[in-house]
Formats: sequence, C-alpha cells, structure tokens
Amino acid sequence: MAEMKVNQETAKKLGILPEELEQIKKYLGRMPNFTELSIYSVMWSEHASYKNSIKLLKTLPRKGARLLAEAGEENAGLVDIGDGLACAFKIESHNHPSAVEPYQGAATGVGGINRDIFTMGARPIAQLNSLRFGDLSLDRTKWLLKGIVKGIGNYGNAFGVPVVGGEIYFDECYNANPLVNAMSVGIVKKGKVISATSGGLGNPVYIVGSSTGKDGIHGATFASADLHENSADDIPSVQVGDPFMEKLLLEASLELNETDAIIGMQDMGAAGIICSTSEMSARGKCGMKIYLDKVPLRQKNIEAWEILLSESQERMLVVVKKGQEKVVEKIFEKWDLHCAIIGEVINEDRLYFYYHDKLVADVPADSLVLGGGAPVYERESKEPKYFKELKKFKISQIEEPEDLRAVAEMLTNEPTLASKRWIYEQYDTMVGTKNMATNVPSDAGIVNIKGSEKALALTVDCNSRYVFADPEKGTAIAVAEAARNIVCSGGTPVAITNCLNFGNPYNPEVFWQFSGAIKGMSAACIKFGTPVTGGNVSFYNQTSIGDTIEPIYPTPTIGMLGVLEDKNNVMSLAFQHKGDMIFLIGPVVEDISSSEYLVKYHKIKKSPCPAFDLEMEYKVQQIVAYVIKNKMISSAHDVSEGGIYTTLLESAMPNDLGFDITTSAEVRTDAFLFGESQSRVVVSVTPAKEDAFIDFMMDQKVGFMALGHVTKCELRVDDVSYGFIRDHKKVYDTAIEKLI
Amino acid sequence: MKFGVVIFPGSNCDHDMIYVLKDIMKQDVTELWHKDTSLKNVDAVIFPGGFSFGDYLRSGAIARFSPIMEKVIAFAEKGGLVFGVCNGFQILCETHLLPGALLANTNQKFICKNTYIKASNSNSAITKLIKKDTALKIPIAHGEGRYFADSETLKTMRLNEQILFRYCDENGNIGCDANPNGSIENIAGICNAKKNVFGMMPHPERASDTELSNTDGKIIFESILANFN
Repeated sequence: MAEMKVNQETAKKLGILPEELEQIKKYLGRMPNFTELSIYSVMWSEHASYKNSIKLLKTLPRKGARLLAEAGEENAGLVDIGDGLACAFKIESHNHPSAVEPYQGAATGVGGINRDIFTMGARPIAQLNSLRFGDLSLDRTKWLLKGIVKGIGNYGNAFGVPVVGGEIYFDECYNANPLVNAMSVGIVKKGKVISATSGGLGNPVYIVGSSTGKDGIHGATFASADLHENSADDIPSVQVGDPFMEKLLLEASLELNETDAIIGMQDMGAAGIICSTSEMSARGKCGMKIYLDKVPLRQKNIEAWEILLSESQERMLVVVKKGQEKVVEKIFEKWDLHCAIIGEVINEDRLYFYYHDKLVADVPADSLVLGGGAPVYERESKEPKYFKELKKFKISQIEEPEDLRAVAEMLTNEPTLASKRWIYEQYDTMVGTKNMATNVPSDAGIVNIKGSEKALALTVDCNSRYVFADPEKGTAIAVAEAARNIVCSGGTPVAITNCLNFGNPYNPEVFWQFSGAIKGMSAACIKFGTPVTGGNVSFYNQTSIGDTIEPIYPTPTIGMLGVLEDKNNVMSLAFQHKGDMIFLIGPVVEDISSSEYLVKYHKIKKSPCPAFDLEMEYKVQQIVAYVIKNKMISSAHDVSEGGIYTTLLESAMPNDLGFDITTSAEVRTDAFLFGESQSRVVVSVTPAKEDAFIDFMMDQKVGFMALGHVTKCELRVDDVSYGFIRDHKKVYDTAIEKLI
Repeated sequence: MKFGVVIFPGSNCDHDMIYVLKDIMKQDVTELWHKDTSLKNVDAVIFPGGFSFGDYLRSGAIARFSPIMEKVIAFAEKGGLVFGVCNGFQILCETHLLPGALLANTNQKFICKNTYIKASNSNSAITKLIKKDTALKIPIAHGEGRYFADSETLKTMRLNEQILFRYCDENGNIGCDANPNGSIENIAGICNAKKNVFGMMPHPERASDTELSNTDGKIIFESILANFN
C-alpha cells in the first residue's frame, strides 16, 4: 500500500493543531511521514500527554514522608506502609469506551488499571470503582448499567482481585456519558519495585502476552474528543479484554520480579507499543530499535502505524538484561505466555521502527512524552453564569413538607441512596480472604495485611453535584469525605489518587471548573496530609446532540488510601446493641442545599454547595479518631447523601436494629433529617461508656448532641413511628433491582 | 496431615486455601502444578477455586485434561481424599469423580455473598464434626453453581448419604428463598459413592480466619483432620 500523503489536512484529521505540526517539523527537521504523524497524534493526545491539565496538576501537593515515588514517576503511586512493605495504587477512567460498548469498555478499564499495578511488581489485593449513570428509568441507562457491571465483574472475578468498595450515583447529566473509574491497590516489598524504564546498550526488548491486532487503534485519540451521536461508529476504538491472559501475565510478572533479569517493564495501555517504547526510553534517557515484523500479530494486512498504535489488551513491554534471556523465557513458558524479542536498547534519544526491512519511523523518544517535548497549554477560564444564579437559593423558598415519614420513604427508594446490592453481589468481594468489611461493614473498605498488625482502609468519593455548585469547595468536600470515611473506620488517611472527569477543556467554563477543583483539592490534601500520588484526567465528557452540548457535572473522583496501624481498631458503621446511646458529632446547620432531598423531592436542581468548613472538618475527624482509638464508641458512620436519616438507617440495618431519636429544635426538621451539611458523624455509645464519652466531648470545641438510642427494631423520630427496620431494609435492598 | 493444593493457570483461591491449611490449621501443604505428574506423597488433594484456563468453555472442562489429573484419578480410586471447592468442585464433576454437573445460576449472573448451609449428616470426612441442624455462614462466589443431577442419580445419592450440604436460611430452614443459585434440592455440597471425593460450591476457606470475623467454615477442615487421625 502506498504511504499516505501528509499535509495540514491529514494533521487536522488526526487531531493535530497547526502549531503542533510546526513543532513536530522542528523536532524532526523535516515533514513527518504518515506513521510518524500518527505517533504524534496519539502521544500528544490529551489522554497521553495531559497537555491541557499538567500545568495545574503540578500545583497539587505531591510530596510526603511516606511517598516512594513522585506523581507521574512510575505507573502508579507508591507509598511506604511500614513493615518493609509498599502500597502501589491508582485510579483510571474508561468512560468513552464504556459509553459505546459498556461490557468491553468497563472490562478493559479494570484490566488496564490492574496491569499498571502488577507491572510494578506489586500483587493487586483490592479494587474499587466509582461509577456514574444517567436516569435509571431510561432504557439506555439500564443497558449501560447492566453491561458495565457485568464487564467489571467478569473481568475482576476471573482475574481474582476483590472489589472492596465503590460508589454509584445516578443523575441525568450522565445520560449519554457514563463514568467508569476503576482503582487498583497492590502490595510489594520495598526495594522490589519494577520501574517502567529502559537502559543498557544492546539489551533485548520483549513483547509479552496477547498478539497485536487492529482493535483499539486511536483509542487515546478517541478518548480525547467529544462524544457525539455517531460515536458508536467508533466501536473499533474499543478493545476486547481477556482476564485469563491477564492473570497469566500477573503471575509471570511476579515471578520475574523474583529474578534479577529485569531492567524495566510497562504495560501496554493507551497508545500501545509507541507509548511504552517512548515512555520507557524517555525515563531511561535512551532509545530503541524496534522491528515491527517481529511483533506477534493476530491478523494480516496490518500497517506499521496500526501495529504501533494498536491497543490490543493484555500485552507488556519488558527490557531484559542481556544474557538473562533464558531465565525470562523459562518463566513465560511455564505460564504458556507468548513472548518475542522485538528490538534492542540503543544509547541515543531515538526510536527507530523498521517494517518489511524499511525504516518507517524515526523520532526522538523524549519529544513524544509528557515532561519531555509534548506540548503544554494553559487554557482560558471563565466563571459560568450559573454560578451566581444558584447562590440566590434560600431555604425559606422551600416549604417544609408535613409528612416527613413519606419523604424518608421516598429517599430510601432513590437509586443513589438505596443499597447497591444488585451491583456489588455480581463482584467477587471476598477472594484473597483479606476483606475485613464483609462481616463488619464500615465506611471504608478494610483490607487485611496478613501476618502484620496492619490493615488498609480504602475509599472512593465524589459528590459531583457539590462540585458543579462550587468546584473549589465541592472538591475539598470530596477529599474531606474520603478522609472522613477512613477515619470513621479506624484508619489514618495517607495519600490520594485522583480521576478528574470533566467536559471539554477548550470550553472556558469547563476549564474554570477544572482549575477550581484543583485549588480545592490542594487545600484539602494539605490539611489532611494526603499528597496526590497520581491518577488520570478524562476530559471531553459531554455529548453533543444536534447543536447543543450537554456537559457532565465536573467529577473529580478521589481515591484515598488509609492505614490502620492496629487492625483491632477497625470500627463498624453498624449499631451493635439495643439500648446504646446515639450521638451526633459535628455542627448542626440549617442547610438543604444540593441535597438529594432538595433535588429529588422538591425538584430544585440549582442551589449552592452544602455548608463546609475545612478547619471544622479536620477537628471533627481528629475527635472521631480519638474516641475510636480510646474505645469509647461502638459504631461510627459519617453523614453524607440523604442526611442524618439515611445515616441512621444504614447504621441500623446490618444488625436488624432500630432507633428512637429526637431532632434539634434549632433548625427546620427537614433540614435536620435530610440536609447534607458536612463534617458530621453519627456514633453509638454503650451505657457503660456514656459518661466518659460525654465528659470528653464537653471539652471539645466541636458541637455534639444526643440524638436518642438504639431500639430493638422500631424506627421513631420525634415520637412518630417510621415503621420497622425489616420493612425499610427490604425497600432499601430492592429499590435498584425493581427499577431494572 | 500433608495436603496438596492443585494449581491451574487461572486458579485464584489457591493462596487462600494454602493460607488456611498452613497458617490457620497448621498443616503441611505442597503446591501441585497442573503439569506435575507426581502427587508428592500427599494425604489429601485439594482443588481450590478460580477460573481454570479462564473457564471460557464450561467451567472446569479444560482443566480435566491437565497432566496431573491422571494421578488424581488413580489416587481417588485407591481411596485417597480429594476435595474440590467452587471451581474445584466443577473440575471434579467434569472429571466424573463426582456425579452431576454445575450449571449457570438461574439469574444468569455471578453471585458473591454470604449464604447459610446445613450438613445433612455427619457420616463423612468433611462433615464429621458438624452438629445436626447447625446453619453455617459460608460465602459463595460463582457464576455456574447450580447443581444438577437426574432423578435416578439423586435417588442413589440420597440413599447413600452423598448429599452433604444444602443451602438454608440463618435459622436452618431449607427453602426456595434460601437457595441462591437454583440448585436442585438446594444442594451445596456432595461426595462420591465411596465417600472419599468431595465437592462444594461455598468457600469454607473464606470463613476460617478470626480476622475476617467469621470462622463457620473452619469446622470442615477440622472434620477432615479429625477423620484422618
């Protein structure tokens, strides 16, 4: 086939801006050929280069005593957890593929994030996911939900890593553009981490795993453009997953890590061979000669640029010490894995790709990558009109309903608040026998580190309605809620990974949301001492239908790692005994802004972010940590979506108990029960410890109040019966399956 | 007692099983690779859960052709104790060391949750210590766990006390509501006619560690040890 012509028009079709083409010409000293242009188009795509976000990302707090790698330095964040162990963790999006092919899109998202972890030599021990869907009454949403959940389940279950936590919200803004953010957490011995690097003149470069085909070509570019009504035509941009192959790669990688034969290893995700060869070379300050004829292929008539850009799944690139080939090949053979030497390391910043005895591409590795020659932009930012509008909201505009019991029952049926049982029962949550929350539910996922005193506490959080209402405050809340979940389960927050899902960065209002989110995240991460270890940016989450563009709510998902130094300190969210006293720790504010209650019951979508003060939040968390450590309380559960009522219900259900509470006279009862003002935790205390608890709390400069007590099975609010726990539990457990 | 845990490519509960046998039950454990052709003088062979060879075909359908299976069949024929959990149970059915088959769950979905099971008798190596009418909380995690056998086979199994576990509720009642996957007669675990080959879908190794706040499954391993001594 004749080489395709390259001109401005070709560049534009590949998503390259005119000024970017000029820059490429400068790097090469000539016009690129089509293969080279394709290379730049994927490597300089938003997805691979972070060109519109990196400047702001670098303002995030990225240093800490426990960090073993700085953000972006390795495939995932790496944190010292003591006892000679390190924790590798990262969250990543797979939104665009999941929007057009939910099953494979979600499955390969799970595969990709786990590969990031085990190519570092760490064994994945836990997964979490954060999902966003549209209105669940729509057929399309049901189709997306079923496909995405099945995709995550079938891949992760076979791969054998438990899902220990997650969150799901339903909102119309995600009708056409669901979000699939997958997080993986692994453990590796300190000092046994495999780097994604290269080096050593003449060292062989291996490709291992699946053969290469035409699937997922230009996936990175696809992920860097708006979703539109014809996006389904881009299905070839979606890859196909094979969890069995991934499991073999996992076991082989960990066996390789026991040898001394490896220089570096990187998985092949977005942008395939070109991404791993250039990133590994740039990190190792060297280059490679790669012979594309040697890449095992799954189909004929495939062009050089297609081999370079293919995103066929379950492949890795490994640089091996010369002379150790036999050691490595023996391990691959044991696991029936196909491997091939496709090239060698050279001592110059150059990637030479040969195909059919011809040099088909010749590019400097460093010019392709983030931190090297990839472009960096600062985008225009403009405060959207809605921001001032929604501040006009006053609670006095809303009439308080007379029948609050009916409101409570309605909220229990809301898919965002109801049990996610229909979803999580399709995931293996127990494989690995480390999930300590299976029988003792808590606010964060708790993962046992066998043979040590420790456990990990893990959570993913983001209420995007709050972020939409106020990007800075809303994102600080996302970090605060993650930290609160970890503290309430007995852990100490340590570090975060983030998945920043936004609209089109060329839209100044979207960029305003993005920069606000970064500011809020910075402030909160500094306060809680949780540096950012890395993550992923997903722009272009919006759908154009005809002439109008529907952006999603800005959704900066926070994945937080916490540590329980003493696993005996793990705290359940569940009430333990009838007769225990129930207290609220934290401020009582008359606030229903951005609550599920306001949006779903009163149908008011535009209101400010709920009340939140970072200093107060920090104090509340310190107090909760203290009362847990000193064994003063029997349960702790943070107040989030659905307000205090939902919190009480969730604490009551696990052990089939009830509650009898009295609301505060200082605020409206609807605000007290269903408002979502922040920095509040509901705890229960046994009568024997009540005095000690109250004495301690009186000395604190944080509000607290007695709510009531735990009952055998009845729910009572201000002397009105709300019915019995078993009936509420049935509604709560089955709300989602009834809608599907 | 010396246990051999058979590992196939795609096994993923092998580490969990080894941890319980070695660190909790304090027994000798040897890993047996599916390509091995010796059972290394073990007293019992355990087949852990997972997705052997990806289970893209019928679960366990490829694993039965692994080199080690010939030795396992010979071991079983001589009366050696063989015990399969989840994918291990599926493999033993595919190998015909156990009667019946495991079909896709009635809801066509993977199901992972705590279930309760009740031993039908204490006349077998894995139920020896279990008291009558005790409901054990032991989790399941499978997409193909619906036990099925034809009525003739079931009749023989009943007469011969080969049905060992049935799904029940937390109070021990065996009914449709307590059946998570549509298994015939709520069957969760069985043995062969000679009562030396066992299989069950629930995972006792996931309910044997005090750190996970549920040790209902431990009695199954204790039974095996008590029976051996």
